[in-house]
Amino acid sequence: MEALLSGLIGLLFAAALYQMLSGHFLRFLLGLVMISNAATLSVFVAGRLTLGQSPLIPKGADAPLVEVANALPQALVLTAIVIGLGLFAFTLFLAIRAFRRLGHLNANSALPGLRPRKETHS
Amino acid sequence: MAKVTLQATQPIDQYIHLGSMLWSLGLFVLAIYHLIPLDTPVTWSVDWLGALNIAFSFYIDGLSRLFILLITGIGALIFAFSGHYLAGHPHRHRFFLYLHLFMLAMLGVVTADNLLTLFIFWELTSFTSYLLIGFNHAAARSRRAALQGLLVTGAGGLCLLAGVILLAQITGSFALSEILSGDLVIHEHPLITAVIVLIGLGALTKSAQFPFHFWLPNAMEAPTPVSAFLHSATMVKAGIYLLARLHPVLSEAALWMPLLAITGSITAVLGGVLALKQRDLKQTLAYTTLMALGTLTALLSQPGTAAVAAASIFLVAHALYKATLFLSVGAIDHTLGAKRFSTLFGLWQRDRLFAFAWLAAALSLAGLPPALGFISKEMLYDSLLQTSGTSIWVLCALLLANAMMVALAFSMSVRILRPSPTAVRTKFAFFETGGPILMALLGLWLAMAPKALDQAMRTLLATWGDTAASEIIPLGLWHGINPALGLSLVTLSLGLLIGRFHARLYRRLHRLPMVSFDRGWDHFLATFVRFAESLTDMIQTNRLSRDLSWVLGTLTGLALLIAWNAPAWPHWEWGPAPLKLWLIVILILAGTMFSLIAQSRIAAITGLGVVGIGVALIFILFGAPDVAITQLLVETLLVVLIAVALLNLPTLPKQTGIRWGHATLALATGFVISGTLWGITTQPLDRTLTSFFEQASWTEAYGRNIVNVILVDFRALDTFGEIAVVLTAAIGAIALLKDMRMRKR
Repeated sequence: MEALLSGLIGLLFAAALYQMLSGHFLRFLLGLVMISNAATLSVFVAGRLTLGQSPLIPKGADAPLVEVANALPQALVLTAIVIGLGLFAFTLFLAIRAFRRLGHLNANSALPGLRPRKETHS
Repeated sequence: MAKVTLQATQPIDQYIHLGSMLWSLGLFVLAIYHLIPLDTPVTWSVDWLGALNIAFSFYIDGLSRLFILLITGIGALIFAFSGHYLAGHPHRHRFFLYLHLFMLAMLGVVTADNLLTLFIFWELTSFTSYLLIGFNHAAARSRRAALQGLLVTGAGGLCLLAGVILLAQITGSFALSEILSGDLVIHEHPLITAVIVLIGLGALTKSAQFPFHFWLPNAMEAPTPVSAFLHSATMVKAGIYLLARLHPVLSEAALWMPLLAITGSITAVLGGVLALKQRDLKQTLAYTTLMALGTLTALLSQPGTAAVAAASIFLVAHALYKATLFLSVGAIDHTLGAKRFSTLFGLWQRDRLFAFAWLAAALSLAGLPPALGFISKEMLYDSLLQTSGTSIWVLCALLLANAMMVALAFSMSVRILRPSPTAVRTKFAFFETGGPILMALLGLWLAMAPKALDQAMRTLLATWGDTAASEIIPLGLWHGINPALGLSLVTLSLGLLIGRFHARLYRRLHRLPMVSFDRGWDHFLATFVRFAESLTDMIQTNRLSRDLSWVLGTLTGLALLIAWNAPAWPHWEWGPAPLKLWLIVILILAGTMFSLIAQSRIAAITGLGVVGIGVALIFILFGAPDVAITQLLVETLLVVLIAVALLNLPTLPKQTGIRWGHATLALATGFVISGTLWGITTQPLDRTLTSFFEQASWTEAYGRNIVNVILVDFRALDTFGEIAVVLTAAIGAIALLKDMRMRKR
């Protein structure tokens, strides 16, 4: 199962990066959503997979009675998903702003004022 | 003596001035009375980096003592001189601070036992000399000279560090005392060539040897007392010290002799020629220092004790006459306002005692009796005559260089003695001429009563562990008629000949086209900066596709390189997967493909939604309902956000065909990530934390949903941070939108 999902995650990363490399900022955003999914999934898989058993403690017991899914990566992934949303939202509004300002979203054209100015050496 | 007054403006200046002088003098006296009579090396050590076997340790043998005497003795006179020379200068306190630091760093270099300690002090001398050379920081020339010195000697310092580490690896010790006393024969070790080249580069840059000689004359931008100190006893002598220090272990190696003999000879002759080309006294002296340093390097290229003994005496003689000459130039510059050759006219009329000091120093420079320079020159010729073979070329080069020194001394003396109608008796400041006079007298005394120096030299050689010291003939002005005396006579006549035609030679030299290493340095620096700029332009293009390609390419390339060199691969295994999982995977891949090939924004977002839901299904399948719920919520929010945003965004550009380059790069990166993840999952998992949370979730935090308990209890601060991140993003987004609306109006 881990092997199959590892392969899937690799393909998701590849697809996301292909989008991000396109040079158009809107495609970059699509890639960003996909790469967030791939990243959360990889954290989840790295914590190993357990079919069916949620990390819950049954009533009356002090600890899970059977082997349950690894709770730690789940907690991490929860955080990661929410932060991914925050990042995406900010980038989306950045894109809107950039489009208003520049009139296009082509990230491969040199942006005015972004190039480091060459210092003059005397 | 009643006339002696300090012209310093405040009493505190007098304290600093006299205090510095007495402190340095105290060290000098202490060294004479407590170090010189000891016949065993002094060692002192503090543990520093115990784990790396590096100690802050010192080892003071004969060679160190010689340098300590030179540094502290001349240092005292330099302090005495500077207090007067810089009286009233706004930054005089800073100057004294720098000079003290510089002196201490130099003392550290010559006393360090551990090679890394030596390296640290070595670099400190580079830094402090940077501050001293650039002391007149308002002048661009001064800043340039300081930076040039720092870069040249700093780069040499790095070479030295590499060489020192290699040497320690060969010998198994960082301690000089152990390396020097070791019976290990290292001169046939395969790495010894690298050691000699690296350490040689360190010493040769510091000692301004050809082709790194250009920084030294530029360092003349420093105030005169600094130049006097740098040239006579410190800084450039650090390189000589290092060569002399390692002479016993390295001089047998094949590369040592040619490397030092050739650079030393070229530097000596070049220094002499360039010195004849100058009209400015300070510049002339700078080039004579090059000649002296070249001589010392060439001498140390020879194996055997005689060369070392000659080098040590030459060192003393040179330090005394060079400090005298520099301080004298400073004095006439300060008092008469000029430091050209013509300024010397009638100096005898102005101040007999001062002129006498100058003449004595010139005598030593020329190597004529009864000055110390004569003794050292005789020893030099003698030691070179003893060793046969290639040293004959060294001998010729040094003879020529010495002849040019005779010519210079002749030119100076003629001007000093020739009466000038405009010269009147001039009162030079006591603190400015006292030092030169004292050192000139000391030089003459050491030469005429050589017993003290002879004994010192013998203790020096004895504590150095050299048994051949007894073979050295006693120092003295007269050793009968011998080849060395003959060579001295040749030198003298050749020198007088050059001196006679100095004026004509001067014009000839100025017409001669010469390669300027100084300008070459500028070209080198400019090329270096251009290279850095073009590299930056190539990597940092500010074009998204290319910048990202660099990052991904580097990541993937490095990962593949590591995988390629991996000693062992993880054991690959393909665990069986349930049909449900296969279906979900196919769903996700379909969504991905749909999103990739979509030409409209809505289609692309639909594909993304399918992927998101597929991921949520995976979470459900593997017992993570909370995560799945969050994932679904976030997916919904995303769709809402994008739907709103799309009103303000352009449509997707039409995709024409597959971008194969990007596809390859993306697939390679994905492959690396897949492989890494797969490799990780085949390794055993440490479940310590997980089982802690499972055990403590109910018993300590009274929660049955372990994931929730982790989030709101055990790792509550992380969750708080998460909320803060989302809030910050929201504030940022609002700010972006708000500003936009205002612009619209």
